[in-house]
Amino acid sequence: MTGYQLKMRVWRGDADGGDLGNYEVEVSEGEVVLDALHRLQATQAGDLAIRWNCKAGKCGSCSAEVNGKPRLMCMTRLSDFDPSETITVTPLRAFPVIRDLVTDVSYNYEKAKELPGIELGPRDADGKRRMMQVDVERGQEFRKCIECFLCQNTCHVVRDHEDNKKAFAGPRFFLRYAELDMHPLDTRDRRDAARDEAGIGLCNITKCCTEVCPEGIKITDNAIIPMKERVADRKYDPLVWLGNKIGLRNKDNEGRTPV
Amino acid sequence: MSTGVHGPGRAQIEERTLRTDRWWLAPLTTFLVFGTFVVYATVRAFANRDYFAEPYLSPFYSPCLGDCVKGSSDFGQPFGWWPLSAALIILIFPLGFRMTCYYYRKAYYRAFWLSPPACAVAEPHGSYSGETRFPLLVQNLHRFFWYAAVAVGLILTYDVFLAFQAMPDEYALGDGETGGIHMGLGTLLMAANVTFIWLYTLSCHSCRHIVGGRLRHFSKHPVRYKLWTWVSKLNAHHPKYAWYSLFSVALVDLYVFLLASNVIDDVRFF
Repeated sequence: MTGYQLKMRVWRGDADGGDLGNYEVEVSEGEVVLDALHRLQATQAGDLAIRWNCKAGKCGSCSAEVNGKPRLMCMTRLSDFDPSETITVTPLRAFPVIRDLVTDVSYNYEKAKELPGIELGPRDADGKRRMMQVDVERGQEFRKCIECFLCQNTCHVVRDHEDNKKAFAGPRFFLRYAELDMHPLDTRDRRDAARDEAGIGLCNITKCCTEVCPEGIKITDNAIIPMKERVADRKYDPLVWLGNKIGLRNKDNEGRTPV
Repeated sequence: MSTGVHGPGRAQIEERTLRTDRWWLAPLTTFLVFGTFVVYATVRAFANRDYFAEPYLSPFYSPCLGDCVKGSSDFGQPFGWWPLSAALIILIFPLGFRMTCYYYRKAYYRAFWLSPPACAVAEPHGSYSGETRFPLLVQNLHRFFWYAAVAVGLILTYDVFLAFQAMPDEYALGDGETGGIHMGLGTLLMAANVTFIWLYTLSCHSCRHIVGGRLRHFSKHPVRYKLWTWVSKLNAHHPKYAWYSLFSVALVDLYVFLLASNVIDDVRFF
């Protein structure tokens, strides 16, 4: 099959209101949803607003919801759908809409600002800093994040409860909390902040962030749950407290300053 | 719903979800299977009978610390005065371990509390405080239930060894032979069960944290790092082991029940 008429429903509107518009657009084999929308924009709906950039799944710009699932439009192949199927594309539903498929994701940038950055300790005598390879490797998975904010959009804590946005940083930033808390050269202790400022207790680990991550990062298993366990060490475990008092715990957390 | 996907500022879309796949299938399956297990386990735990068929002891009643039937109390009867079922004395530990388990939490929050029922499907609750308040704050004690689960695992392992022991005279096969070891279908079921129980226990997220995850310098703790890599491999299959061990524990109990209530005879290999 070389080409066919794809039936699409695309949400058109802004913060004052909007609706799903019906379209038919010519598509070709091997194309993705973003290609179809670009052709729609070029041929029928010149004022259709879409945010996009790299078309390679690396910039994290074209996040939207395709048939109700949070996806990158540039990585959603049309071949995954039956040619007779109508594909519905809407903007992200956790953030305020600006126009059509473009939403205001500034919530995420506000949360990024609140996150305490890395604070490295003094350099070695020769002026360098050293990390062993196993310690470097541990954080690599977290650095694959492209900040598409699909996890932030899917997380029901804020998607279904606008009032939680103030208290909840969201999965993308728990990833950062975990990465820094596991960093051997960082001098900050983020466990109190993860609970009190980032609201990690609001997460009920239902794993939707992991399910939608286009980079396949195991956000829940490798970042959120380890971070929850670290918070439990600090806040909910009398044995850890006792061990620290009598010097039986390892010295891994010594010299760190709570933030 | 005043907030959430229908709140002001969001794209106005009437449907709670536009998903077209069968997103409801997984939570529905979980609801039915877990629900069936809870009903079965509750009935069996309160029954206080048919839990021991020499040499098999139901995992729901092990260790049997109450006023248990003859031969079933391998660790004495310190709670001999307990008026109710002996299962109720010890089930809090495996129950607490599973209730606070990171996988089971995901499964039952989705299937029973619909919070959320599935990804990108709006939940029906007006407000949400997650695990920040009592009683859900108790989920942070998962590690203590893990400690207990290790003890339970050791006891169930001991039960498997007992299930290999030579049978007393009245169960002798053939011409009065009682020596050597015993093995029946029950022994195999108990061995399979304890294998799944250990895989489930050792793949636990708290276990992963305790053995090495909580460290900030893997390089300074090579042995614990190695242990952490092993547990991490198991941890990836934690949900699977949670399901397998749930089935296996119910199956062993059912087998013991059928033996003890004389519905079937043990399939005996030697």
